[in-house]
Formats: sequence, structure tokens, C-alpha cells
Amino acid sequence: MSAGMLALFVAFGVLIGILFGFFGMGGSFLVTPALLVMGYPSRVAVGSGLAFVFGTSVIATLKHRDLGQVDYKLGISMIIGTTVGLEVGKEIVLYLEELGLAGNIISVTYVLLLGGIGLFVTYEALKGGDGGGVSHDVDGDADVDADDIPELAKKIQSYSLPPMITLRGGVKVSLWMILLVAFATGLLSGFLGVGGGFIRMPALFYLIGVPVPIAVGTDLFEIMFSGGIGSFLYAQSGGVDLSIVAPLLAGSALGARVGSAATSIVNEDEIKIYFGLMLLLGALAVAVRQAGNYLGMGVLDYVSLALILGSALMVSGAVLYSAVKSMRAPSATGSSTAD
Amino acid sequence: MFGIETLGGNVQAAALVGIVLVEAMVLYVGYGALTAAVGPSVRKAIGGE
Repeated sequence: MSAGMLALFVAFGVLIGILFGFFGMGGSFLVTPALLVMGYPSRVAVGSGLAFVFGTSVIATLKHRDLGQVDYKLGISMIIGTTVGLEVGKEIVLYLEELGLAGNIISVTYVLLLGGIGLFVTYEALKGGDGGGVSHDVDGDADVDADDIPELAKKIQSYSLPPMITLRGGVKVSLWMILLVAFATGLLSGFLGVGGGFIRMPALFYLIGVPVPIAVGTDLFEIMFSGGIGSFLYAQSGGVDLSIVAPLLAGSALGARVGSAATSIVNEDEIKIYFGLMLLLGALAVAVRQAGNYLGMGVLDYVSLALILGSALMVSGAVLYSAVKSMRAPSATGSSTAD
Repeated sequence: MFGIETLGGNVQAAALVGIVLVEAMVLYVGYGALTAAVGPSVRKAIGGE
């Protein structure tokens, strides 16, 4: 690998790390499409994406461990369902690769998923709601207020199909429901090469009714395992390229420090709309690349890569700009709690 | 890379995952120390103090 490529991966890692550290999600969804755009085979793009997710989640879990925001009982139940989902997802990718369809179908799924979530986050941000992000300063030990549980989660909690398990915050839910959610998110992880956090964390909250802080901490704990298992499964078939993963991780670990420090001094609502737009641009980038393949226009690959890098740069830049602006403001008060 | 090409399939896969795990832990500790060492100075410099 050339020094230029190495520097590109480290820089890209820093951008992704800032986003992950600040938003608590979105650490991986750019990596696999970027690798696909750069011409890596689907197996390497997905496998290396998963290995990157694994490394990033190890670092994040180490940080959240001390905050007491991990429900180990829930996490281990999730791991069982996710492992089965991951294996099924990987088999689907390998099968589609044999048919020569893997790149196309993974890309289309990405466009729909990123586009859908991007629209939701942008809509919520414009509306002034609370969707698409993560509350950073919350008490993981507090019991759940019934009013805070989404209606759908209340309904799912009402299905008392044994065995029932009690989770942190006093939530009681059927193990089968947890396994079902875990399987679905594991399937997406294995299929798309993502940690599944941007799907699983909302799923834990909206479907199971787990309080947001515990959903975040448990999600990270679980991503660590799903990322590790997924990496191992892909590494068996030569899908993990350390020359990609190592520089990305070196960059993202540094970026995550900067991003998490920024959370205590920047108003997240200011940035949320950029995050939604970045997801939409990510979806557009993959769509442009697919159009390029279909029309035989190689130049669209570069347009697509520019969109991916540009959107990550735009949002990371917005986070940094807001952080510096807040620190330079006379009334800045958050620096004492910054990481 | 790291001479793991000579290992068998499963062992090589486990070694790859192990290397990523070790790198993550080293980065966590290393950057933690770096943040503690230069963080306050950087914060002061950016804050214009």
C-alpha cells in the first residue's frame, strides 16, 4: 500500500472517529461503501468494515464500562440472536457473490437504509425532535418512567411468552422478542458489514423499551461481539485486510477522543441536521456509483467517492467548528468536563 | 502482514481478530495518555487563554 493510501485511510478514520465519538453511532456505515467505491471486492469491503467496527467498539465499550451503562444479561441474549443472524447474512453475501450480484444488492440495500434513516433524522432535526442521535449525559441506573416507554415497546412487553427476563431499569420482556430483534440486526450486520448500532440502538429503545443510556451501552458491548464474530467469519474466507483496518482504526481512535470531548461543549441539535444530510449524501454516493456501473461511466465512481469523503468532512468540520466556537465564546463552561 | 499468512485458516482468522483487538487496546491506552498529557494545553491554546 502506498504512503498516500495509508494517509488517506488514517485521515478517513479520523473523520469517522469524530462522528462516532460525537454522535455515538455512524462509525462504520461509510467504510464499506467507500471500500466498494475504491474497487475492493465485496467480501473485503464487508469483512474489513466489520473488523474496523470491532476495533472501534472495543475502544467505545472500554469508555462506557465505567459509566455502568451496560446490561450484560441483555447483551449476552442479544449476542446469541445476532450470531445466528450474522452467519445467515454472511451466507447470503457469499451466495450473491457467486451469482455476481453481491455488489449491486448490498449497494441498493445501503441506499434504501441510509436514505430512509437520513430522511428520518433530517425530518426530526428540522422538526426539533429527538430522533437520530444519542443523549450523552444520562443516568444509567435510573428506573424507567412508564411515560417514556414507546407505545410499540409497551405492546411488545405485554407479550408474556416465557421465559421472561428483567432488564436494568426494571424492564420485563420475553427473551424471544430480544432474540428476534437480535437476529434481524445481526442479519443486517453480516449482510452490510456494519456494526448495526444505528439500527439496534433505536430497536432496543423503540421495540424492547430499554432506556436510551442502557440501550447505547449494551449496544456497544454487543457490537464488540458481533463485530468480532463477523470479522472472524469473514477472515476465514480472506475478507479482512489489515492494511485497510489498521490505519482506519489508528485514525478513528484519535478522532473519537476529539468527538467525545466535543459532546460536552457543543449543542448536539446544531449538528444533527448535518448528520441527517450526511446519511442522505452517503445514500446518494452509493446510488451514483451504481448508476456509473450501469451506464459504464467510470467517472461516476470518483464523484461517488468525493460525495462520501465530502459528507464526512462536512459534518466532522461542523462539529470541530462548533466546538472551537464554543470554547472561544466568553461564556464557555463545558471545557472542564471535556475528555 | 505480521507473518500470519503461514497460519491455517481458522488460526489465521483468529490471529487477525486478535491483532485488531490488541491494536484497539493499545490505541485506547496510548491516546488516553496523550490526551491527558497534551489535552489541557491544546484546550487552552484553542480557547485563546
